[in-house]
Amino acid sequence: MTSTAQRLAAIRGDAPPKRHNARTIAALTGNPGCSRRAVLDGAGVDKSALAERVGFPARFGQSRFAITRGNAFEAQVKADGGAELLRLVAQRLGVPVPERASWTDLGGADDLPDRRERSRAALTASGSEAALFDHPLLGLQVAGQRVHLEPDLVAARLGGRFHVVEIKSFPVIDGQADPAKVAAAAVQSAVYVLALRDLFAAEGRDPESVSHDVVLVCPRDFANQPVASLIDVRKQLLVLRRQLDRMARLDDLLTVVPTGFTADPAAEPATLAAALRTVPARYAPDCLAGCELAYFCRNEARGQTGALGRPVREALGGIAEVTEVLALATGERAADPEREEAAALLRAAARLRADALAGHPA
Amino acid sequence: MSTLRALARAQAVAAGVAQPVATVRHLHLATRPLVLVPLAMAGEAHAPLAALVGTAPDDARLLIVPQPRNRDQRFRFVTELAGIVLPWLDGFRGVSEAVAVDRGRDVRYRYVDAPQLWVPNPAGITFLRLLGRSTRFRRPDGDYPVHPAVPLLGRWLTFFAERAEQPGSSALLAMTDALTLHWATGQSAVEDLHLPALLGWIDPPAGWTGVAAAARAEDPGVCPPAGPATDPEFDNAALAPAMAAWAAADDDPAARDEAYAELVRLLRGQLAPTWELMWRGLGLLGALPPGARVAGRWAGDRDAFTGYAEHLDADGGPQPRRDGAVAAAVRLHRLERAATTYAVQRAYDDPLVMAEHRLTGEAFVGDVTLADPARVDDSGKRPVLRPRIQVVTTEPVRVPVGATLWSTARPGQKAKVVFVTPAADGRTEVVLELSGGMGRGLTAPPGSVPQVGERLCLTTLSEAFLPAGTFPTAEETPWTHGGPPVADVSTRSSAGLSSVVG
Ligand code: SF4
Repeated sequence: MTSTAQRLAAIRGDAPPKRHNARTIAALTGNPGCSRRAVLDGAGVDKSALAERVGFPARFGQSRFAITRGNAFEAQVKADGGAELLRLVAQRLGVPVPERASWTDLGGADDLPDRRERSRAALTASGSEAALFDHPLLGLQVAGQRVHLEPDLVAARLGGRFHVVEIKSFPVIDGQADPAKVAAAAVQSAVYVLALRDLFAAEGRDPESVSHDVVLVCPRDFANQPVASLIDVRKQLLVLRRQLDRMARLDDLLTVVPTGFTADPAAEPATLAAALRTVPARYAPDCLAGCELAYFCRNEARGQTGALGRPVREALGGIAEVTEVLALATGERAADPEREEAAALLRAAARLRADALAGHPA
Repeated sequence: MSTLRALARAQAVAAGVAQPVATVRHLHLATRPLVLVPLAMAGEAHAPLAALVGTAPDDARLLIVPQPRNRDQRFRFVTELAGIVLPWLDGFRGVSEAVAVDRGRDVRYRYVDAPQLWVPNPAGITFLRLLGRSTRFRRPDGDYPVHPAVPLLGRWLTFFAERAEQPGSSALLAMTDALTLHWATGQSAVEDLHLPALLGWIDPPAGWTGVAAAARAEDPGVCPPAGPATDPEFDNAALAPAMAAWAAADDDPAARDEAYAELVRLLRGQLAPTWELMWRGLGLLGALPPGARVAGRWAGDRDAFTGYAEHLDADGGPQPRRDGAVAAAVRLHRLERAATTYAVQRAYDDPLVMAEHRLTGEAFVGDVTLADPARVDDSGKRPVLRPRIQVVTTEPVRVPVGATLWSTARPGQKAKVVFVTPAADGRTEVVLELSGGMGRGLTAPPGSVPQVGERLCLTTLSEAFLPAGTFPTAEETPWTHGGPPVADVSTRSSAGLSSVVG
């Protein structure tokens, strides 16, 4: 074990590293500037357990109705050896619908190494006839670890190019879908594109044969009939790549972590909370939707303008502490020269607010 | 986010309770609003699950769908909802008033009141929009006939959802939007979308701070979410077993009644707390005095209601799935104009809103120190009355010479900036030349020119009428922009989805 790996294991405690999936990898791009998160994710800490232990449990429940519906739609789309899926994908890509295509289910109960090998062999085998590959086992390097991805995913090979096909059960109504859901699907698909490209590169094949256009298949309008749309994930690929590169340089990251730092969920809550505070975080309201530690970090960030959202912080001249904002606004505290402009604005704002609230004529 | 509003948030953090960002109410409050709290089934494409609906706090009707995946049950729900909403809408079609148009050469009529619909949050508006979309094209005949009230309700819901896009309209309002328009909390905008937490900040229970009340409100076990999305815990632990029990009791009437009663109890338990919050929110808003221009905007809502009711009377068809190119441009232009007008009107109505513009230099307040109300400019073909005044202000003046300003006290009068002169102790002297709002003669009527000693708020914001844009008719539109139109309203564009992907 390298010293980095040893340190990560010590941070995590006894538990094996938490398994990543496309969702958790996608979530890594959520707050890329946060060291606390990068260290915990890099070490593979179980952040849900950690949050629970320090008294700020995450709330990321999923309704079983949604799960059932998602599975049913996926099964429907994949039925008949993917004939319907093939037609949808080909039409959306604007290529002639092939007469037939092979359907290879790479899922199964056999060992990981066997499955990985089967996926590798099947996906990189030469051949250009239309083919659909279900449940491929892919891998990515995250913070020095090999992470396996077992997506409910179809990789479509049409005209010699591969496209990632994501099946999602949120509706597309009159050509419009919930932007937040589309954005989430785009990042997840980008994870798969990246993993597929890595696989191709490792085999000496052209990674660009995996398209950056992914095909999103959703129910159309209010019925169950599927409709395919194209999403360009180039931007998401860049962001992902950057964050994975950052996590690959764990040694750099670990320099901000004090020796003896632990995030072992078995440790005492008070110890854990104190330890967490030693690694700098960068809480923003977006964390609430993306990181298991959000309630802990929000509580810690109380009194900071950033906790109110970035636009608020910017409108307050970038001043970090609410108490300082108010002290400058009332003139109680004199500003240092580089803050003078912000302070003058705050003083004017405070005076105008007070005037208007006191009912002075305007 | 203006610095003034951001400061109010910071003050809310320190005070532990929300701070006002308005001194008057900027929306109309109806005497008989319809409050609607919808819940949707998780995972489905906007399938209704339940709703509490009514026009008074003690008059909540509960509608439920025991199995939202069942199409007949969904349409039964919509029919029941129509049975409440449509008679309520008809109740506003009694009395009309005459409105002069075309400079008094003609009159048209509009109803003296109009319906106002409230939902908890913007997601509730989206839900109604999509409920309207999924019902307005249905037909009472053909393969899958529905009750004739279903497509009618769909058209009305679509009407309301479209009004809700128009800034300043009070036809369909989300309570969280209405409250954050008037109060700033010590939490972020995302957290403000949660009605229980928002009200926790604005009106915490006695002995509680806003932050504590909001934290408590975040526990779905204590405060169920305000919909339309349900709490996943509730779905998994309570709703799913109750639905299963209802389905299993298929041929046992007694068991089915019991299972139905359980569903009613559970869903009411999820909806009732939000129902209470809705009326509390209405009470808080009702305690604010209305802004002077609110009634004028409400008249626009009354016009729209009248117009749409007449459209339906004339057997008008449902709103298209998508606007054509011209209709889309016209709509965009209309919304932009409405947004500008609304922003200006709020500033004129409310010194606290005007303060935001003073901070950015779009307005300043000063005292009149000199006035020449009789000044006549005779350099042109005929003499015109052009009084001049000098205003002294302590605020920064960021308007150039030659700019036109307006005063909130005399919105019909233009004030052209003639000189801007820095004076002692950071003051600025501004000389203004006035035109308009003084009659036709060469002598200004008393009160039409500001007097020495009067305090004025001068601003670049103008209430002056913004001209409507001119757009080609559909027939004149080139085919590259979607015209001449295909009659089929279902024409779809394939570019839509990519446009929502960042
Ligand atoms: S919740 Fe905390 S640890 Fe997670 S990303 Fe935000 S600041 Fe970092």
